[in-house]
Amino acid sequence: MQVPILKQGAYLIASIQSALSDADLMQLRDALVAKVSTFRSRGVIVDVTVLDVMDSFASRTLRDLVHMIQLRGATTVIVGIQPEVAFAMVQLGLTLEGVATALDLEEGLAYLDLKTIKKVSNPRDG
Amino acid sequence: MDETRIAIRVDMDVVAARQSGRALAVELGFSNTDATLIATAISELARNIILYAKEGEIILSVLHKSEPCGIVVTARDKGPGISNLEQAMRLGYSTSGSLGMGLPGVSRLMDEFKIDSRPGNGTIVTVKKWKR
Repeated sequence: MQVPILKQGAYLIASIQSALSDADLMQLRDALVAKVSTFRSRGVIVDVTVLDVMDSFASRTLRDLVHMIQLRGATTVIVGIQPEVAFAMVQLGLTLEGVATALDLEEGLAYLDLKTIKKVSNPRDG
Repeated sequence: MDETRIAIRVDMDVVAARQSGRALAVELGFSNTDATLIATAISELARNIILYAKEGEIILSVLHKSEPCGIVVTARDKGPGISNLEQAMRLGYSTSGSLGMGLPGVSRLMDEFKIDSRPGNGTIVTVKKWKR
């Protein structure tokens, strides 16, 4: 199941539509990293609202994705982690350190607006 | 006793196993949070099978006789087994280069945790969760 990636101005929005296998997750990671270059995107949102399980592999793949995109000079925010999923993640010891998260798509967009404006005015910041 | 067996060979089987587990938990009347914890534990156990043993199975069963009822998840494989169980249960330890959250993490998601493994004899992990 491929995840659709929408281009919205300077941002890319990946909206996960169903449960993902490990291969799907890796495919999403690689596609996003590639598209950030193609579209010269400044920000990326990964919407995980429909994911009902975030295990160690999913968590690690998302963290890697965020760090890879950061190395390409863009900012990523993960949105929509469900309360039960957050509960299970913490029990499992998965805290997604160094990864920006937001409540939903709207908050994610607000976060990117804030971060990417700051980046333009002071490239050395953050 | 009702029993569902799910063969674990490829990564899609991990998804299938945890979806069956969640469906069973919901059917038994577990809360959404507990169903998520059970599904997450199954995901980790199934992943361990693929990672360390290549193939195995997840068995879901129900403890009907007891009150409250419970769900039992057994992960069984004929892989290389674990030579140092104490080490495997330590947080942050992993021989596969993964996060090492696997076994100790699973034990925190569930109410009961039992592991039986000897080098060369495969691994059986049994976890239980009781309905609250």
